[in-house]
Amino acid sequence: MSKVFIIVQANEEARPIIEALVKDNLHAVVQESPAMVRIEAEGSLTLNRNTVEELTGQPFDIQQLHVNLISISGHIDEEDDYLTVAWNN
Amino acid sequence: MDMKASKKKLGIKERYAHMTRGLGWEPTYQPTEAVFPYDKYEGIKIHDWDKWVDPFRLTMDAYWKYQGEKDRKLYAVIEAFAQNNGHLNITDARYLSAIKLFWQGVSPLENYVVQGFARAGRHFRGEASRVACQMQAVDELRHYQTQTHSISNYNKYYNGFHSQRHMWDRVWYLSVPKSFGEDALTSGPFEFLIAISFSFEYVLTNLLFVPFMSGAAYNGDMSTVTFGFSAQSDESRHMTLGIEAIKFLLEQDPANVPIVQGWIDKWFWRGSKVLALVGMMMDYMLPKRVMSWKEAWEIYAEENGGALFRDLARYGIRPPKGWADACEAKNHISHQVWLLFYEYGGAAAFHTWSPTNEELDWLSAKYPETFDKYYRPRLEFLRDKHARGERVYQGTLPTLCTTCQIPLCFTEPGDPTKISHRETVHKDEKYVFCSDHCQEIFGNEPEKFVQSWLPVNQIYQGNCFKPDVDPTAPDFDPLKAVLEYFNYNLGRDNGEFEGSEDQQNFAKWRGQAVNN
Repeated sequence: MSKVFIIVQANEEARPIIEALVKDNLHAVVQESPAMVRIEAEGSLTLNRNTVEELTGQPFDIQQLHVNLISISGHIDEEDDYLTVAWNN
Repeated sequence: MDMKASKKKLGIKERYAHMTRGLGWEPTYQPTEAVFPYDKYEGIKIHDWDKWVDPFRLTMDAYWKYQGEKDRKLYAVIEAFAQNNGHLNITDARYLSAIKLFWQGVSPLENYVVQGFARAGRHFRGEASRVACQMQAVDELRHYQTQTHSISNYNKYYNGFHSQRHMWDRVWYLSVPKSFGEDALTSGPFEFLIAISFSFEYVLTNLLFVPFMSGAAYNGDMSTVTFGFSAQSDESRHMTLGIEAIKFLLEQDPANVPIVQGWIDKWFWRGSKVLALVGMMMDYMLPKRVMSWKEAWEIYAEENGGALFRDLARYGIRPPKGWADACEAKNHISHQVWLLFYEYGGAAAFHTWSPTNEELDWLSAKYPETFDKYYRPRLEFLRDKHARGERVYQGTLPTLCTTCQIPLCFTEPGDPTKISHRETVHKDEKYVFCSDHCQEIFGNEPEKFVQSWLPVNQIYQGNCFKPDVDPTAPDFDPLKAVLEYFNYNLGRDNGEFEGSEDQQNFAKWRGQAVNN
């Protein structure tokens, strides 16, 4: 199975996004580099709006990801409540 | 009295549909073919433009909102950087050469891509694709502007940043990204989309903006890492557009597959050559390094690109023709390009130097199969010569590849001791190439590539001197005259780093930052 990844900036706004990805994707691996955090996983990765909102106690719009997103791989499926990246192989 | 909202807010997919569908109309004053004259001749067949979907479903209002937020964050950093002498926090003044090369060779390419997407957005018939192209054109303009604003802080203090626009159209090594951009800009709109959105943005741009920008952070350059990641956040949208564009074209008609495959072959190879410059920046020009070019290639090209091409196999798409050769080159290109620039350091508007022992050891560890055998002895030889007061500068001009315009410095696949050299005779004229793939690209479009403006050839033809120069004067120095035509400040912008004005000023100012 191919790997997908989401890379975000290492900053406070991205922290709950990273934590939510780790919580909801048990197979995800976190790699830290200067100024950035790469979350990598076999097959697929999902970011859930609810998980981020539970962590921060604030409303979260999935598209807020854009502000701190650095890179992403795979096909994207985006809805109001989640964003999934996956390969079809 | 409180009003009850009568209806739930529209969902993301409904909003996207409202903002991108039904915006077009059938022209009545002119036939449709006259309004959209360029979307047929490349042979691409589109049956249903409504199948184009932006997977992020970004609508214009959300786009402005998030882009505004990104810019506010970025400009706060740029201002703090300027106010607090951020330029003195970088690791070492050698780092500046990487930023000079970025500014001279990458930023103007952003500006080209603005033009390309503005044009593609005009010439596609589907509204959603036009919206996506329009956003990308605005993004790329933002990148050019934010890079200009960020890097202008360095221009206040250091050499080589002063004349980007003039140099872009003249300087020998800048013709590499320039000709790449102009090749894309003069293609049809669909080829442009595959060239930039897919081959460059999806397959290759991570190599430029992810490990290199993380390296900028590691070297204390708050300004560059911020514009870099701010730009890259747009790039992730562009990459998504790239993969969407290719799926769309492949699903529309089976006849599109071989055309698209040809473009993938061409543009993957073109892009991998331009990125040889980035390989050198990562391995040699960052005083502190996050990862080697080879490691970055393995993660972002081999692993991620590999996953992508396994995915596209169901459409009948195979990995690009030059894939195996480009992967083999990961062990060599950064060293070959650095040696080239070191020896032609007198003619580059940034500084070059000999790596320290510690840096050589790092390269030996990162390139166990090739560095000690092929490159370390050459770098040590050049360093020893410099120590004896014989800094090596090439005084002759190199042969350029007609397609990628890089001097012939790359070696044969399978034999790193032999320079790769190919020739094609077209209409009684001889053309030279660096590789089978560059030769093949020429062979497919000779009428386009015979027009290549090759700096070395132009210099020899006498087209690269200032108008008042007299080449028949007894004291005429052609190399000096060419560098003056490039608008270099001779002895300040170019040459060896050791002893340069940038090195001395940085040391002096940093000293002032910690002492009275």
